Amino acid sequence: MTDPNERRLLTPEEYLAAQNSPEFQDLKKKFRAFAFPMTFAFFAWYLLYVLLSTYAPDFMATDVLGNVNIGLLLGLGQFVSTFVITHLYVNHANKRTDPIADEMRERLEHHDYAGSRGTDTQGVTRG
Amino acid sequence: MADVLAADSGTIGEPAVNISIFGVFVLITLFITFRASRNNKSAADYYAAGRNISGTQNGLAIAGDYLSAASFLGIAGAIAVFGYDGFLYSIGFLVAWLVALLLVAELMRNTARFTMADVLAFRMRQRPVRMAAAISTLTVSLFYLLAQMSGAGGLVTLLLGVSGEAAQAVVVTIVGALMIFYVLVGGMRGTTYVQIIKASLLIIGAFVMTVWVLGKYGFNLSALIGGAQELAVEGRDVAAPGAQYGATGTSKLDFVSLGLALVLGTAGLPHVLMRFYTVPTAKDARRSVVWAIWLIGIFYLFSLVIGYGAGALVGPERILGAPGAVNAAAPLLAFELGGTVLLGIIAGVAFATILAVVAGLTITASASFAHDVYASVIKRGNVPPNGEVRVARITAVVIGAISIGLGILALQAGINIAFLVALAFAVAASANLPTILYTLFWKNFTTQGALWSIYGGLIACVGLIIFSPVVSGAPVVEATGKSPSLIQDVDFSWFPLNNPGLVSIPLSFFLGWLGSKLSKERPDELKSAELEVRAFTGIGAEKAVQH
Repeated sequence: MTDPNERRLLTPEEYLAAQNSPEFQDLKKKFRAFAFPMTFAFFAWYLLYVLLSTYAPDFMATDVLGNVNIGLLLGLGQFVSTFVITHLYVNHANKRTDPIADEMRERLEHHDYAGSRGTDTQGVTRG
Repeated sequence: MADVLAADSGTIGEPAVNISIFGVFVLITLFITFRASRNNKSAADYYAAGRNISGTQNGLAIAGDYLSAASFLGIAGAIAVFGYDGFLYSIGFLVAWLVALLLVAELMRNTARFTMADVLAFRMRQRPVRMAAAISTLTVSLFYLLAQMSGAGGLVTLLLGVSGEAAQAVVVTIVGALMIFYVLVGGMRGTTYVQIIKASLLIIGAFVMTVWVLGKYGFNLSALIGGAQELAVEGRDVAAPGAQYGATGTSKLDFVSLGLALVLGTAGLPHVLMRFYTVPTAKDARRSVVWAIWLIGIFYLFSLVIGYGAGALVGPERILGAPGAVNAAAPLLAFELGGTVLLGIIAGVAFATILAVVAGLTITASASFAHDVYASVIKRGNVPPNGEVRVARITAVVIGAISIGLGILALQAGINIAFLVALAFAVAASANLPTILYTLFWKNFTTQGALWSIYGGLIACVGLIIFSPVVSGAPVVEATGKSPSLIQDVDFSWFPLNNPGLVSIPLSFFLGWLGSKLSKERPDELKSAELEVRAFTGIGAEKAVQH
C-alpha cells in the first residue's frame, strides 16, 4: 500500500488505453496463439483416448510388449503429453508473454498510459 | 497371511499402531498450526495465507488438496478390481490440470482477492453474480465435504477396528472437530501447512509401495499385469478397457460423460482456485500448477502400480470381501507388503488426507459465504475491518457442524465416495467453468449470461442427478438383494446416465452464450478493459502481506 508507484489508482481510461495499445494486443495474441490451439489439441487427444477406450476396446486390448497393450501405452502417453505441454507452456510464457506483461506492468505503475486516449495506440509517456 | 486378514473382527493390522501414527500426525500439525496462527491478522492472512506461500510450497499444497481419499484409495482400488477402467479416472484427473494451467490459474490470480466470485462479478452487476457464484461454490464444496466425511467413517471401520454406527459417528465427529480447529486457529496458512505435510507423506508412502511392488516383479510392468491377471475375476482382462463401463450402450455413454466432467471440473473447483490466491504473483501461481502437475502425475503413476500390485498380491476377491470393499485395496496391499507398520503408516496418511482436504474445503466455503454473501450481498460492502473474518470463522464452525451431520447420514446410507466426488466435479464443470472461461475470454459476456450459465448449469446438473438411477430405479443387484440407488423400491428416474456432465456442461456453455445474446444491457466496456489488462499484466493484483 505504501509502494510509491501505487499512490494513485489507475483510472478506467488508463485501462482502456492500455487495452487498446499495440503491445497489449500483441500480448493477447501471443497468449492465445499458444493457449487456444494447445487446449484444443490436448482436449481432442483426451477425448480420442476416452472414445477409443469406450468404443474400441478390442483395439485397445491389443498386446504390444508382453501384457502391456495399446490402451495402457496410450494412457501413459496422456501422462507424457501432459508433462510435455506443461513444459512447453512454461517456456512459451517465459520467453514470449512474460517480458511484454512485465514491461506493461511497469509502465502502468508509472501511469504511462494516462495521457493517451483509447484510440491513441502509442501510449505516449507523459510527465 | 490371508487367514489373518480374513479374521472376523473385519479389521486388518493393529488398530493401536494405526491410531498412534495418526495421533503423531495430528500433534505435529497442531503444533505447526499454532505457530502459523501468530500471523493471522487481516482477511488476506486468514483467507489467503498473506499471499506469502511460495510456488513450490503451493504446488505441494495443491497436490495435498487434490489427492483426496477418493484419489488415493478409490483409484488404486478401482485398478485392483477393474484394471484398466480404474486407470481412466486418474488420466481425467491429471489432464484436467492443463485447463487450469493454460487458461485459468494465472489470470485468476491476477484478478481475484479471495474468492471465485471476485473475478466472475468483476465486470457484471455485483450482487446477483456474487450470489450465484457463492451458491455454486457452497454446493460444490458441500458435495465434496460430504464425500470426504463419509470416507473418513468408512476408513475407520477398516483401519481402527471401530464398527457400529455410533462408533463411526463418533469418529466422523472427531475428524470434523479437528478440521474446524485447524481452520479456526490456523486459517489458510495452517491449512496450507497441513496439506503440504500430508502431500509429502502420501507421495513418499506411495513411492515406497510402488518400488516394493515393482521389486517383487523384477521391475517389469508386464509381469506385474500378468500377476494381476492370474487373480482377476473370471473372464476379465485387467489390461483391457470395458470391465466396469463396457456393458451396454448407456454405460459407455456414462463413461464418456464422466470423462468430460473429470477433465473440465478441476479448473472450476473453488477450493482449487482459492489455492492460487495464496502465492505472491501470477508467476508463482504458474510455478505451483507446474509442481502440482508433476506431483499429481507421478502419484497417479504410482497408483497404477499400487492398483495392479493389489490386484496381483491381494486379489479382487479378498479386496471386495474386506470391509470398505474397493477402498480397502491400498491398505490391504500395505499390510501384505510391510505388515502392521506399513499399514499403520498408510492408514495414518489416509486419515491425514481426509483431514487436509476437508480443512481446505471448509475454508473455501466459509470464505465464499463471508466475503460474497455476507460482506457484499447482505452488507453491501459496509463491514468493519474484522467483521468479515469473524463471520468467516463462525461460518466455518457452522459448515463443519453441517458436514459432520450430513457425513454421518451419508455414511449410514452407504453413499459411494467416488460418486459424490464425481458429482462435485460435474457441478463444478457445469456451473463454474463456462462462466470462468467466458468472463476471461469473451468480451460480450453479460450479467444475464453469467446468471443463466451458473444457475442453468447448477440446476441441470443437480436436477438430472435426482432423476438418474443414482437416486432411484437402478436394477436390484442379485448378490446383495438391494438396488445401488439411494432410495429403494421407488422409481422416478427418467435420465439414464449416472453422470450428467455430457448434457449439463454443453447446456451451461450454451445458456451463457444465449443469455448474453438476448441481454438488453451492454457489457461494461471500462470494467471489461480493466479486468483484461489486470488479468494479463498483473497490474493492481493483490500483493503479499508484509509482516
